[in-house]
Amino acid sequence: MENKLQFVDLATSHGKKNSHPGIEHFEYSYKAEITNLYPLTKTEKLYQIQIVDPRERKDFTFQPGQFVMLELPGIGEAPFSISSSPIRHGDLELCIRRVGKMTNFLDRVKRGTKVGISGPFGTHFPVEEMVDNDILLIAGGLGIVPLRSPIMSVLENRSRYGRVDIIYGAREPLELLFTYQYGMWKQFDINLDIIVDKADDKWTGPVGLITEILQKRIDNGTPNDFRKKTNAIVCGPPVMFKFVCEMLIKAGLPMEKMFVSLERRMHCGRGKCCRCNIGSTYTCIEGPVFDYWSVLNLKEAI
Amino acid sequence: MIFKVFQAGEMETLFGLLSVNRIVGPVEKGRDVDGKPLYDFDVVYDFKDLKLDYGQTIHSAKNYFLPYRENLCTFTFDNGDWQKEVDFGADRAHVFFGLHSCDINALNKLDKVLMGNIYPNPFYGAKRSNMFIVGYSCTPTPSCFCHSMGTDSVLHGFDLFLTRMGDEYFAEVQSARAYHILERMETREPTHEDHLHFRKTTSKKRSLFTCEVDTSDLTKILDMEFESEVWEKWGDKCLSCGTCANVCPTCYCYGVEEEVNMDFSHARKVKQLYSCNLVDFAEVAGGHNFRPESSTRLKYRYYHKHRGFVEAYEESLCVGCGRCGNACLADITVPEVIASVREGEK
Repeated sequence: MENKLQFVDLATSHGKKNSHPGIEHFEYSYKAEITNLYPLTKTEKLYQIQIVDPRERKDFTFQPGQFVMLELPGIGEAPFSISSSPIRHGDLELCIRRVGKMTNFLDRVKRGTKVGISGPFGTHFPVEEMVDNDILLIAGGLGIVPLRSPIMSVLENRSRYGRVDIIYGAREPLELLFTYQYGMWKQFDINLDIIVDKADDKWTGPVGLITEILQKRIDNGTPNDFRKKTNAIVCGPPVMFKFVCEMLIKAGLPMEKMFVSLERRMHCGRGKCCRCNIGSTYTCIEGPVFDYWSVLNLKEAI
Repeated sequence: MIFKVFQAGEMETLFGLLSVNRIVGPVEKGRDVDGKPLYDFDVVYDFKDLKLDYGQTIHSAKNYFLPYRENLCTFTFDNGDWQKEVDFGADRAHVFFGLHSCDINALNKLDKVLMGNIYPNPFYGAKRSNMFIVGYSCTPTPSCFCHSMGTDSVLHGFDLFLTRMGDEYFAEVQSARAYHILERMETREPTHEDHLHFRKTTSKKRSLFTCEVDTSDLTKILDMEFESEVWEKWGDKCLSCGTCANVCPTCYCYGVEEEVNMDFSHARKVKQLYSCNLVDFAEVAGGHNFRPESSTRLKYRYYHKHRGFVEAYEESLCVGCGRCGNACLADITVPEVIASVREGEK
């Protein structure tokens, strides 16, 4: 049997030459528990998900804008942006709309359900580099979900930033997310402007397109501020990106200071399945957060 | 590199020495309507079944290192909780006997994306680390354009590469384990004449290509022609069936699904190779599809192979094996598509 080839066991070969450190953890997921969940609207719920092992929970760190893969064993696995503050480590909040097989199942689970979490994956909003600058956060519809983490991050470090604006558009008042936090955001000296496409009886705010509010904000600012000390974070439906980003460019904002978060349906989150590819750019590795210059160079990105 | 020469008759000895392992090689699977043999890779138990002078196989050998369906993990449910078990799906070494340079180059390209620094994939890696590759020089078929893609010769990624020269084989030896196996056969050192003979043989092979693709400046041209009408023309022909990805040696994309067994005691996460031509490839939650038309999906496929991968790794992901064109039900071939995109240049 001297010609029998020796079997190389990748699962136990770590530390040896030519092995890839950590490769055996590729499919590892943290055991996590849904500690609480509550409806935000008719279709979205906020899930508080805690990594069970205290050590793993503490060691879990992420940056605002990153996402995790949430796994329901036997049901499915899908990517979700983290909506909670990075200082909460592995005590995560995910805001999820029931829309497909897995999310409809999630809609029916109870507190205490054990799920799997892997990640965090992808690029983030560079809030650290925005220190001393003004920040313009612009969200359309569900786009507020990935923006909540940078919002929290800015709130917690409020003294380090200049003027902060949140411009948020939704189809109708009942679809607005995180309504219970608007008061708190304002207490942190954040200008919050909300606009809806269609008002209901109780709505007293403006009605129209998000670009109308943005135009007002641009008219109130000085071109010099936009050119020199403003950063924008934009997330919303594909059609919104183009209009909003074009307006910001016209206002003088440099493209490398405009950040968008793109949505794609990842099946792995690890740059392997190609499902999130734009050209051959992996949204899960080089995104989901891109600066607008990168987006302009991606065909079919928005 | 170390070179050796051995008599053609010794090939069976080599096969015999390696046959204590599972050998995968080209075998005849049937005949087409014209009576021509159809080849594919399969486990070979008998040297007589090994058809080394195959033109091209229908599929690549990827099912052995990127299985079409593969278990990523198994869940065991217990009292409202679950345990996850992961098995990388490799338990033995395989010998790949008779891979052409295009297919070895395909593995080298897959290594870059699947075994690079970013999340190296242990499911692929476990199989890849257990491959003994005997490469075999080919005679170009009418649909081969590896010469245009720079993959008609291969520099690394094999243990042994054999080139037929008259009654003998010229062997390129690239691993100690291959060297030790050759020690158990009758071989001789190559002479200067052998070297010349080898170079004449490879240069003759290069002259036999009849199919060409102009890849110069292709990344830029694909960007310029992004809105070109030719994509719609090919999109109208394309059946969005995914056969091209099925036979391609470098298509690696996949989808993941989970299944629960009948008594709810276990579940599995299953990976299934996919194709970017399939209609729901780029669909996201809520039903928005980023590539709803067949033409945008076909274009994306070319964009990934011939532009995006080049941008990332400075080489094309296509190895020019011609399998996709041979297998395509709508007769779409890479050389024709690229020529149509470049139309009007000359």
